Amino acid sequence: MVTAVSKTLRPAAIAFLIALAPIAARAQSYTITLKDHRFQPSELKVPSGKRITVTVVNEDPTPEEVESRELKFEKVIAGKSKGVVRFGPLAKGRYPFFGEYHEDTARGAVVAE
Amino acid sequence: MLGALVIVFREVIEAGLIVGIVMAATRGVLGRGRWVGTGVIGGVAGATVVALFAGAISEAFSGAGQELFNAAVLGIAVVMLMWHNAWMARHGRAIAAEMREVGAAVSKGAKPLTALAIVVGLAVLREGSEVVLFLYGIAASGTSGMSLLLGGVLGVAAGAAFTALTYFGLLAIPTRHIFSVTSWLIALLAAGMAAQAVQFLNNGGFLLVLGGTLWDTSWLLSEGGIVGRLLHTLIGYTERPTELQLVTYVCTLLAMALLMRLLRPAPPRREFPAAAE
Repeated sequence: MVTAVSKTLRPAAIAFLIALAPIAARAQSYTITLKDHRFQPSELKVPSGKRITVTVVNEDPTPEEVESRELKFEKVIAGKSKGVVRFGPLAKGRYPFFGEYHEDTARGAVVAE
Repeated sequence: MLGALVIVFREVIEAGLIVGIVMAATRGVLGRGRWVGTGVIGGVAGATVVALFAGAISEAFSGAGQELFNAAVLGIAVVMLMWHNAWMARHGRAIAAEMREVGAAVSKGAKPLTALAIVVGLAVLREGSEVVLFLYGIAASGTSGMSLLLGGVLGVAAGAAFTALTYFGLLAIPTRHIFSVTSWLIALLAAGMAAQAVQFLNNGGFLLVLGGTLWDTSWLLSEGGIVGRLLHTLIGYTERPTELQLVTYVCTLLAMALLMRLLRPAPPRREFPAAAE
C-alpha cells in the first residue's frame, strides 16, 4: 500500500519542488570561510527584509555543525567542503551563529541593517 | 574530553528520548525488543552511510539536499507515529486489558511495530549521523584525538543510560494509563517533528510562506540548554517559532486527535472483567 501511495505522490512532489525552486534563486549571496575553527569574516552585514544565502566554506579537515537559533537554521558541513545556508527576510538587528563542534572559537554574527 | 562527551551526549539523548518512549509504548507486545533493536542497528548503519555521503547530500538540490533530507526523514517519522497511534486507538484497550494473553494482538501488531521500528531507525539515523561525523572529525585530527574519542564513547554510554531512565520512568505509570500517556507523548512528538520539518523546508528555500517569527521565549528557556533541548525533542519546544511552525504543530495535533477518535472502537463490549477501567 505504501509503495502505491509513494508512486502516486512522487510526480506531484517533483512538480511541487520544480515549481518552488526559482524562489531560492532570488536571494542575496554571501560567502563565509571557516578556518582553524573560526569564521572569516566573523561579522556579516546584510540588508534587512531580504532573503539571504550564505555559502560556508569549511577549510578545516574536520566537520562542523553551523547553527543559529536566532536565524533558525542548523547545517552540518563536512571537512574540506562547503554548504549553503538560507535565511531571512530579517528585521534589523544582530543575529549570532556558532559552530556547535567548536563553540569556544567558532562564533559569528549576521547584522541586518 | 568533557567537551566531546557533552556534544555526543546531547545528540544521543534526542534519539534516546524517542527510543525510550517507543519502548514504553510497546510494553507487553511480544518481540518488540527485536523490532526496536533492528531500528537502532538500521539507524546506526544508516547514520554511517549518511555521514560518509554528507558532502554529496549537502550539495544535492543546489545546496539544499541536507534540508530536504532532514525534512523527508522527519516527515516519514510523523506519518509512522500517526500510523502507530491510529492502530493503538483501535487495539490499545484490548492490549492493556489482556497484557498477559497478548498473543492474538501480536500478529495484528506487526504493522505498528514496523512503523515504530522505522521511527526509531530514523531518529537514530538523524542524530547518529551527526555523532559519526563529529567522532570522525576527532579521529581524523590525530594526536589529541584519543581522549576526545573516549569522551565521545562515554557520551554514547551516558545517552544510552538516559534512554533507560526515560523508559523506566514511563514504566512507573500504571498499566491502565500507560497507553493513553504514550499516545499523547507520541502525538506531541509528531507535532514537534512536523514543525521542525517545515522549518527545514524554509531553510532549503522550498516553503517560504508564513515565515514571520511569532514570539521569542529564549529569555525564559533557551533551546541551547539541556532542558530546552529535551523539550524541543519531546514536545517540539521552539524559542522562536514561525507562523508556519505553529500552524503545522496545531494541525498535526488536530489530525492525530481526529484520527484516534475516528478509529476508537465502538462502545466497549464488556467481554472481559472491567479491571482496566
